[in-house]
Amino acid sequence: MAVSTKRTQGLADKHFHYCPGCTHGIIHRLVAEAIEELGVLEKTVGVCPVGCAVFAYDYFNCDMIEAAHGRAPAVATGVKRVLPESVVFTYQGDGDLAAIGTAETVHAAARGERITTIFVNNAVYGMTGGQMAPTTLLGQKTTTTPFGRQSSVAGYPLKVSEMVATIDGAAYVTRVAVNSPKNILRAKKAILKAFNVQLKGLGFSLVEVLSTCPTNWGLSPPEALRWVKEKMIPVYPLGDFKVPEDEV
Amino acid sequence: MERVLMKGNEAFGEGAVRAGCRHFFGYPITPQSELPHYLARRLPEVGGLYLQAESEVAAINMVYGAAAAGARVMTSSSSPGISLMQEGISYIACAELPCVVVNIMRGGPGLGNIAPSQADYFQAVKGGGHGDYRLPVLAPASIQEIIDLIVLAFDLADKYRNPVMVVGDGILGQMMEPVELGPAPEVTPPPKPWATTGTLGRKSRNVVNSLYIEPEELEKVNLRLQAKYKQVEQEEKRWEEYRADDAQVIIVAFGMVARIAKAVVDSMRMAGIPVGLIRPVTLYPFPDKPLAASASGAAKAFLVVEMNAGQMLEDVKLAVCGRKPVHFYGRTGGMVTSVAEVEGKVRDIWEGLK
Ligand SMILES: Cc1ncc(C[n+]2csc(CCOP(=O)(O)OP(=O)(O)O)c2C)c(N)n1
Ligand code: SF4
Repeated sequence: MAVSTKRTQGLADKHFHYCPGCTHGIIHRLVAEAIEELGVLEKTVGVCPVGCAVFAYDYFNCDMIEAAHGRAPAVATGVKRVLPESVVFTYQGDGDLAAIGTAETVHAAARGERITTIFVNNAVYGMTGGQMAPTTLLGQKTTTTPFGRQSSVAGYPLKVSEMVATIDGAAYVTRVAVNSPKNILRAKKAILKAFNVQLKGLGFSLVEVLSTCPTNWGLSPPEALRWVKEKMIPVYPLGDFKVPEDEV
Repeated sequence: MERVLMKGNEAFGEGAVRAGCRHFFGYPITPQSELPHYLARRLPEVGGLYLQAESEVAAINMVYGAAAAGARVMTSSSSPGISLMQEGISYIACAELPCVVVNIMRGGPGLGNIAPSQADYFQAVKGGGHGDYRLPVLAPASIQEIIDLIVLAFDLADKYRNPVMVVGDGILGQMMEPVELGPAPEVTPPPKPWATTGTLGRKSRNVVNSLYIEPEELEKVNLRLQAKYKQVEQEEKRWEEYRADDAQVIIVAFGMVARIAKAVVDSMRMAGIPVGLIRPVTLYPFPDKPLAASASGAAKAFLVVEMNAGQMLEDVKLAVCGRKPVHFYGRTGGMVTSVAEVEGKVRDIWEGLK
């Protein structure tokens, strides 16, 4: 039998540390494949977050920087401004990007930084033990909303893509999910497009990826995939929120 | 040689350009604003980039990224902004990246005021952020010295792969003095094979990181850092002595306060009191040698003068090590020490010695 899929050059030969059923690994693979397919692996610099993806510098097979919690877009800005010919991406969770790093995200977009941000929305703080994230759904139980998130106390889920799409410097903003083969293919296309937007120098690009955290959701891996479809997507609809003008 | 009249804050900027710095990231704050104003105009002239960040938190992280990419890079701020940068400085120190951070100190704590101060001494020389790390800290006392020390700051940063801080106060930043620029120094930053530039044909990939989850590994990193700081302490202590050889009262002061102290030395000598000055140029590593030598020599007493409540005082006491009394005079909150005040203090000490 012929080998139909092989390991992408974009990933180093390391085992992921992610929990069973966690989709961080799928998203890593999609990003790595996109970089490889575009032929830019040698000029790519990735910036990883503080969160479950904190060891991503071990996984991506390119030069990598580990940033402080939330600061990846500022670090990426520094790299890109020194090396305009490089391809720079950040990989960030929802606590990293949408809580502690909101300002860095919004202003990287506002400056139209030619970087690509992969935003992993799993509606929870994975690494620190399942606390509420800005993206936690109303009613969702987390370790810091044990009775479910109540808007009267903890406010509302933050819709990052919708927000970033209002910013002039953002060229491409889209939301995808990796809960089914069909959605994974769409996610791959979106990630490729985001890097292409960067390569064309059109501005800031952000791909929000709805991702699972079976461990902290208290669900089995198949249940977690269903939860993305039934609970998350209704609140975080998939699709493009902004596309480059020449493609409208 | 070309002599030009320059404001302190502008000299920091021109010094950086002469040192080959082409990237500056910052956020506005008084009393250092002329520095970014200058560089916003000057850097594009030499093909460089001035970028205004959304906060000091972002600015220092842009510095982190630019330094990781191999650039000579600088940021500047004043006390409250430097507090915000401490997280980033700690990361940069652990990741062993070179950069220069300028702090034009103002009155604190809190929002304080915009008047001159030296109250960030502890923050600058004892670490500032979390973890066991140190920054070489340089304290110029004239506009000419700003130009020279900024170049040194970039060289030390590259030599040790470490952030270097240059501190001044609002007076130094705002005043104008003639400076001799001379020919631009030859700038040859060392090669940076560790930089995250994209592998570009390099066999192994580079990772800039400060995470070491295994305590054994992180201890090794700490031991390496400490060995580096030891070398800094052995090789980089700098100071100025002024009429200190036969002095029986030694004033210890840095930055602008040392200028005031020099005037006091001269006036006291006229009055027949043998006073001298030791001015630390590096606050870290602290120049303890000349103090220890004076303490075992002619000096009968020391007077530390600062624009704070007695911070460098602790390092002077460590150097003098109980051999001679160490007195202190300081003003806080942005109040500037006057010559007359310090003279009064010297006279009191001299009377006590008789
Ligand atoms: C300044 C700072 N504050 C807090 C933390 C602790 N911390 C580590 S990861 C994290 C949240 C990560 O959640 P998220 O960004 O959603 O990523 P995930 O783990 O879900 O992938 C927090 C709060 C930290 N490392 N640094
Ligand atoms: S805690 Fe959640 S996000 Fe983190 S690896 Fe496990 S499943 Fe994935």
